[in-house]
Amino acid sequence: MSYLFAGYLAIWTILLFYLVYLTRGQKQVNAKLEELAEKLNASSDR
Amino acid sequence: MLSQNDQPSWQLARRYLQVANGLLIPGYLLVAVALYGAFLYAPTEREMGDVQRIFYFHMGTAWNAFLTFFGVFVAGITYLITRQSKWDRLAAACAEIGMVFTTIVMVTGSIWAKPIWNTWWAWGDPRLMTTMVLWLLYAAYFLLRSSLPEGDKKYQFCAVFGIIAFLDVPIVYMSIRWWRTIHPVVITSSGAGLATEMIHALIVSLIAMTVLCVTLVTLRTAMRLNASLADELFQQLDQRGDERL
Repeated sequence: MSYLFAGYLAIWTILLFYLVYLTRGQKQVNAKLEELAEKLNASSDR
Repeated sequence: MLSQNDQPSWQLARRYLQVANGLLIPGYLLVAVALYGAFLYAPTEREMGDVQRIFYFHMGTAWNAFLTFFGVFVAGITYLITRQSKWDRLAAACAEIGMVFTTIVMVTGSIWAKPIWNTWWAWGDPRLMTTMVLWLLYAAYFLLRSSLPEGDKKYQFCAVFGIIAFLDVPIVYMSIRWWRTIHPVVITSSGAGLATEMIHALIVSLIAMTVLCVTLVTLRTAMRLNASLADELFQQLDQRGDERL
C-alpha cells in the first residue's frame, strides 16, 4: 500500500512542480508586458 | 504597435488560452472520476495486489508522452513546410509536456517495479532503456534549443531533431514485443487481458490524462507565443529608438 501511495504522490508532486514552474514563467511574461506598456507610454509622451 | 505579422500570433495565443480555460473544469472532473475508477471501482489485482493501481495513471501518462512527442514530430514537419514560427512554439510546448509525462512514467514505473521485480530499475531491460533514451533525446532537444540564437536556423535544427527523436517512440512501444523483457505486455492482438472494470478505469484514466495534457500544451504554447511576441516588440521599439537618435 505504501508503494501505491508513493506512486500517486510522485505523479501529483511532479505535476505540481511543473505548474509552479509555469506560474513563474507566466509572471515573467506579465512583467515583460508591463515593461513594454511602460516603454510605449514613455515613447508616446515624447 | 502590433504589426500585421504579430496580430495573428497574439490572437492565436488568446485562442489557446480560451481552449485551456475551457478544458480546466472538465479536466478536474475527469481526473476525479479517474481516481475513483483506479482506487474504488477497479478490482484488486490477484497477484500484485493494490500496487497494480499505479497502472491506470502510469499508462495514462505514457500514452500522453507518446502523443506529445507525436505533436513535436508533426509540428516539426509543418514548420519545415510552412516556416511559420508558431509551429516551433507548439513543438517546444509539446516536447516540454512530453518530458514531464515521461518523467512521471519512469518514476511511477520504478516505484511499481520495486515490490514486483524487487528492484527500482532493471538495467538492460529493453522497455526501460528505450524509455530512458527517449527522455535523454528530448533533454538534448532542450539543450539544442537553449544553445542556439533565436531565428529560422534554430527552428530548423530543432524541427529536424524533433522529427528524428520521435523515431524512438515506436521503438519504445514495440520493445516489449521485439525483445525479451520482464515488462508485461498488457495490450496484445487478442485483447487487453484485463477485467472489464479494469478496462473501464483505464479508459477513463486515459481520457482524463489526455484532457490534462491538451490543457497543459495549449497553456504552454500560449505562454511561448506571448513571450516571443513581447521579445519581438521590444526589438522593434529599440530599433525605432535607435532610428530617432
